[in-house]
Amino acid sequence: MALSVENPVPESLAASTNTAAGPALSIKGLRKTFADVIAVDGIDLEIMRGECFALLGPNGAGKTTTIEICEGLTAPDAGSVSLLGLNWHYAARDLRQRIGVQLQETQFPEKLTVEETLRLFRSFYRRGTTVEDVIGLAQLEEKRRSRVGTLSGGQKQRLAMACALVGDPELLFLDEPTTGLDPQARRHLWDLVDHLRNAGRTIILTTHYMDEAERLCDRVAIMDHGRIIALGTPQQLIASVGGDHIVEFAVTTHDGDSNPLDGAMLTAIPGIQSHRVDAGLHQLSVGELHTTVPRIFSALADLGLKPSEFRTHSATLEDVFVRLTGRNLRDE
Amino acid sequence: MSSLRENSLYELTATRFRLFLREPEALFWVFIFPILLAVGLGIAFRNRPADVLRVGGTTPDLVQAMSASNGLNPILIDEAAGTHELAIGRIVLLAVRRPDGVAYKYDETNPDARNARLLADQAVQRAAGQTEAVRSSNDLVHEKGARYIDFVVPGLLGMNLMGSAIWGLGFSIVEARQKKLLKRFVASPMPRWQYLASFLLSRLLMLVIEVCVFLGFARAVFGVPFRGSLWELGFLCVLTSLSFSALGLLIASRAKTMEAASGLMNLVMLPMWILSGVFFSATRFPAVIQPLVHALPLTAAIDALRANMLEGIVLSHLVGPVAVLFAWLVVPFMVSLRIFRWR
Repeated sequence: MALSVENPVPESLAASTNTAAGPALSIKGLRKTFADVIAVDGIDLEIMRGECFALLGPNGAGKTTTIEICEGLTAPDAGSVSLLGLNWHYAARDLRQRIGVQLQETQFPEKLTVEETLRLFRSFYRRGTTVEDVIGLAQLEEKRRSRVGTLSGGQKQRLAMACALVGDPELLFLDEPTTGLDPQARRHLWDLVDHLRNAGRTIILTTHYMDEAERLCDRVAIMDHGRIIALGTPQQLIASVGGDHIVEFAVTTHDGDSNPLDGAMLTAIPGIQSHRVDAGLHQLSVGELHTTVPRIFSALADLGLKPSEFRTHSATLEDVFVRLTGRNLRDE
Repeated sequence: MSSLRENSLYELTATRFRLFLREPEALFWVFIFPILLAVGLGIAFRNRPADVLRVGGTTPDLVQAMSASNGLNPILIDEAAGTHELAIGRIVLLAVRRPDGVAYKYDETNPDARNARLLADQAVQRAAGQTEAVRSSNDLVHEKGARYIDFVVPGLLGMNLMGSAIWGLGFSIVEARQKKLLKRFVASPMPRWQYLASFLLSRLLMLVIEVCVFLGFARAVFGVPFRGSLWELGFLCVLTSLSFSALGLLIASRAKTMEAASGLMNLVMLPMWILSGVFFSATRFPAVIQPLVHALPLTAAIDALRANMLEGIVLSHLVGPVAVLFAWLVVPFMVSLRIFRWR
């Protein structure tokens, strides 16, 4: 397996002399094709030190391929990657010592204990935290002498996280850290990520849970079909939908027939930024609920229509994805 | 890196050891199974007193004559019934009185029947008054080292070294690959050579226990001889184990699933179980395939182990098998380093 990044950019060489400043991660023109599937289709990205950054997208969007290229596990077909001002081509050894990686689906040996597993990983790093500290950080104290095979899904995931942290990394990659976990275990893991983030660590994670990205991250890149289709803070992205709130309803005529309601008529109402129909459900993005909702009701009444299933929620990253792709994230 | 506990090669090797010791099945196959096999074979092929052969005679005087031989147990039986008994193997020879003398019915491809023919005729001739031209007497020996158990112990040792090396390496590596653990290791700063070296180191440590237990048992229970230098025997065991470890590494270098690896291992080991002379001498195979048989690492290993243990031949006279083992160490190791799949 080649670890090198082809066509290294000269700037990254120059930058290697100055590793204390500059972006934690810089990607330019990244492309990767597997057989006839384009996994990554031209990505440019810069992530600052101390940032907690999410690659958000449905399965198959190219998140894992992107993060594995950044981790030096996959060679890109084109483009360059620079981590901490260094390049996989020239500084792989150094980078391995300075980053922490948690992969999807790693199964640690079931017959080793938590402590033994961590001691093994600790031995690979020149410097790092003590095994005791990282067990405390991952809240695995009670399980330190338990075999990995006896751990719950959430505990296994925290162990994977602990293995990524044991070298005290400057840059932490987490690939789908909460996929497959129950809600409680997810929240537990979020607390751990929060803790790391507050401690000033640079974290790059992938997820297909929009609430996870929204809750944990300073900035989010939404990926679809190997491209970044939106980039910004969760607030910026949500604002880009054009309203803070989403209004959803279906309509029937007073006779009980379902009625094709004209979208243009709705967007003409002041305060409504956009309109779309999903499975008979009208979705409107709205700036101010208290002024706009009465207008919607009166407009519907004027047309002799009765709204049903009327509800509102604050706009989320999910709505951003829907707006940009016309598809739901969780459908994938 | 100051203390041993923080050394990654030490930790990797200790991990291999822990995982092996926590796998009861592996312990059985490596330590218990060869001993059970040796016990079973030792019992089956123990040196019994010479067999007494059942034979038939058609007249009382023939039966009388043959019963003088202590190697024969004759019964009186008529020719038709005797022929039937012969056909179903209850007797190995039928002596038939003919007007002009005696006819012996037996299967000349059966060694027991041939023995019975010699003993019966000798007894019949002696009863008829024949005397020995030269006086002879018997001086019986039971020489250790010439028994079947002596032959089979080096064979079992070679087979065990092959099995534990190939299974030990092959399954562990393929399992780690299948569970994405190899990929996780590669994502850490672990030196890759240390991962592979940890297998060889743990193998060598296990080897000491494995060989001592098995040979100690063979020595204590069966009195199997060690005629050659023990140091050279140790060297041969290490070389054999390393060669098969290299082969195991090669088998494991690409396989993505346990099923694929398991099939490959059987494909590699089965011909050797049959051809390499574990249970019987490899020289029984036709001359055309002898070059192939002798190019197999297990044949080389067993030949060398037998030469050392049973004949006391020094290493400098075992250049052939040692060279074969070296070739099987170097070539698969180089190839697997090139083609090894880390993810």
